[in-house]
Amino acid sequence: MKDFGKYFIFLGNLFVNRESFRTYYRLTIEECVLIGINSIMLFALVSTFMGAVTTVQTAFNLIAPYIPRYVISQVVREMAVLELAPTIMAIIYAGKVGSSMAGNLGTMRITEQIDALEVMGINSTSYLVLPKIIASLLMYPLLVILSIVCALAGGYIVAFFASYITPTDYIYGLRYAFNPFTITFALTKSLVFAFIVSSISSFRGYYTEGGALEVGQSSTQAVTTSVIVILIADYLLAQLMLAA
Amino acid sequence: MIELKNISKSFGDRKILNNINGVFQKGKPNLIIGASGTGKSVLLKCIVEIATPDEGSVFYDHRNFTEGDKDLKVEIRREIGMLFQGGALFDSKNVEENVKFPLDLLAKMPRDEKYDRVNLCLNRVGLQNANKKMPSELSGGMKKRVGIARAIVNSPKYLFCDEPNSGLDPQTSILIDELIRDITYDYDTTTVVVTHDMNSVMGIGENIMFLYKGLKLWEGNKDEIVNSGVKELDDFVFANKVMMAMRNK
Repeated sequence: MKDFGKYFIFLGNLFVNRESFRTYYRLTIEECVLIGINSIMLFALVSTFMGAVTTVQTAFNLIAPYIPRYVISQVVREMAVLELAPTIMAIIYAGKVGSSMAGNLGTMRITEQIDALEVMGINSTSYLVLPKIIASLLMYPLLVILSIVCALAGGYIVAFFASYITPTDYIYGLRYAFNPFTITFALTKSLVFAFIVSSISSFRGYYTEGGALEVGQSSTQAVTTSVIVILIADYLLAQLMLAA
Repeated sequence: MIELKNISKSFGDRKILNNINGVFQKGKPNLIIGASGTGKSVLLKCIVEIATPDEGSVFYDHRNFTEGDKDLKVEIRREIGMLFQGGALFDSKNVEENVKFPLDLLAKMPRDEKYDRVNLCLNRVGLQNANKKMPSELSGGMKKRVGIARAIVNSPKYLFCDEPNSGLDPQTSILIDELIRDITYDYDTTTVVVTHDMNSVMGIGENIMFLYKGLKLWEGNKDEIVNSGVKELDDFVFANKVMMAMRNK
């Protein structure tokens, strides 16, 4: 409970005694490159394989002859849009970006770089963390869109090279009974998860105490806490937005 | 001038600082000395408010920093330069960017003027050709000197140095001490140095505060320290063989 309160005070500190807009703009662009551009390859690779594997496994399970083959790609689409791209990739995002954020801030803490900022009269929370959160909110939804595209492309590659479903049926299934609200849902989730990962990881890193060992522990805590909160938020969002 | 009034600080049940009073004078190197674990660094952190004292107040030229409002704290903090034990240089920035950092955020001056100021400060600390080096490429002594350059780039009224000689060879230590002393005289800053290095004490100690187990036991200057008559201070001072030899002469 103490950590919970401390987390909200930490979030409140992001918005007091801020620096100039230009400073945040520059820092946010730098963070966007670190968070977003450097994650493109990983996201593309993981999503493509996830889409391909989902297609094979769905085809493996849908063996009844009365089920049309295009249902396979329909299932792949729904899984990719609703869960794989926003949620599973959020867990990978927490592992890559969240641990890096916590490690970075933790190292800055133990090497007194954060103290140096404070002594200069700079609100270190706002200066260091706000750009990370904004960059995360900007980049993660884009990464989720990339992930959806790559997952669906991965499924198409399977359709093209294997015999579970024809490419024409695959495309038909992707377009069949498409509900655009699922995209809204996925992007809403991506915003929430981006905030969860960046704020929790920054919080864990910022309050690191000790030495190199504790920096490692903070990174691990950042990932585990983020993943748990992501899964809880995932359920709550599904309940709120889909259960009608 | 910096004035400490009844500063106390505890961590849990452990009292680290117990009712510390004192004055750090302008234009002089003021030293806080004592063995490891006596609360020197905690006192320094309380003075710059990286740690908040449980009791007491710190006054910067009669302005109550501890109980001041947010604007006053920011105003005073922007008059402070600090050299940290490990340098605390920003890993992702090169030497020039590190030194320019306070100017970028806190000063309103043209770009060229900023670079002139950075070069001036780097010259002052003897690092003319290190502008583009990254902190990972610097030796311990160079890191300290870059830290000093960053601390003075904004022409601070108050300069704090936490263990400026730790981990340095004797020659570099003397160089850093002389640099701190010269900067103090040239810029007329109120300088506070935390150290347990007796070479520093005898070299630049014009106003010395001795801490022992969280208490201020003695205050004086480098000429008075050898005849203080305080047992704990004698134990600290004459633990150094050179000092012991000096006394025996």
